[in-house]
Amino acid sequence: MDFRSNIPLYLQVMDDIKKKIITGDLALGARLPSTRELAVQYQINPNTAVRVYNELESQGITFTRRGIGTFVTEDPSWKNRLRREMAETLIGDLVGQLKEAGFTKQELLDTISRFYDQPSA
Amino acid sequence: MLECKDLVKTYRNKAAVNHLSLQVEPGRIYALLGPNGSGKTTFMKMAAGLVKPNSGELLFEGKPIGVYSKAHTAYMPTEAYFYPYMTGADAGKYYQDFFDDFDPDQYARLLETMNLDPKQKISKMSSGMMAKLKIALNLSRNAKLIMLDEPLNGIDIIARDKIIDTIISAFSPEKAIILSSHLVDELEKIIDHAIFIKDGAMVLAGDAEMLRMERGKSIVELYKEIYAE
Repeated sequence: MDFRSNIPLYLQVMDDIKKKIITGDLALGARLPSTRELAVQYQINPNTAVRVYNELESQGITFTRRGIGTFVTEDPSWKNRLRREMAETLIGDLVGQLKEAGFTKQELLDTISRFYDQPSA
Repeated sequence: MLECKDLVKTYRNKAAVNHLSLQVEPGRIYALLGPNGSGKTTFMKMAAGLVKPNSGELLFEGKPIGVYSKAHTAYMPTEAYFYPYMTGADAGKYYQDFFDDFDPDQYARLLETMNLDPKQKISKMSSGMMAKLKIALNLSRNAKLIMLDEPLNGIDIIARDKIIDTIISAFSPEKAIILSSHLVDELEKIIDHAIFIKDGAMVLAGDAEMLRMERGKSIVELYKEIYAE
């Protein structure tokens, strides 16, 4: 995963974990690596890894079983919520930028549908 | 853990460290940043008790640098400081004799993860292997303060990843790690705190995430801004 320098690291790692939940790379109820393992996996500071889990837990996306570890939520509604959140962030950003560039709604919709129908590379 | 107030070290008439004040707390990984000749090594050598400051205060857990601080401080210099006839295993024994906190099992594990053969003579090692050996020796000590001077200098990408993983794994909330570098990008993600020094004095320091947020710039970008002439 490529890091962007202007966004806090913990947010970027959180987004990556969320993405894995959406795609199913991380199943609902799956056990997550320990904070140390997470730090090594992403090559991030261990304190950042702790923060990632704290934030995910406070949002309700993960939960901790004391002495056992951190797990992905078992609540199936989360997958949809995360998908929607992802779409809103990405599309919000995209529409904002293209609107600024003078695109009309129809032009935007046409472009999106053309790309949607293209087989992805 | 380490407290440094108004520290000065001059060599002949040139100030290597010039009224430097900083604090190092346990549970954090620090980057000591600056180009060559900015005073990083001199500071580390003073904290390790190898060089005496001309003036100022330097305390480790409230005590002046000395026998106690040295027993709890691991310092890895940039130079290769081994006898070439030794093997990796010999260097481990040497460390074990010197330092009570040396963990031979941890050393064996680290040599293995870094693909180093303990039977190989140091004189036959490449510079990358030697760099990994120095890291393995110092991170096998259960020291409270770990200072690594330019740990990634001249290391290929594969070995670099191994070293970073090893540093992350060796870290714990009771320890403080100080990494010096003039190549910031490789440290950006693993540090808590960045200290920028220039001509022996601190020009900027702070929590890495806070610095990124406040200034809207990465540590790498800040580095370029500070040291561009």
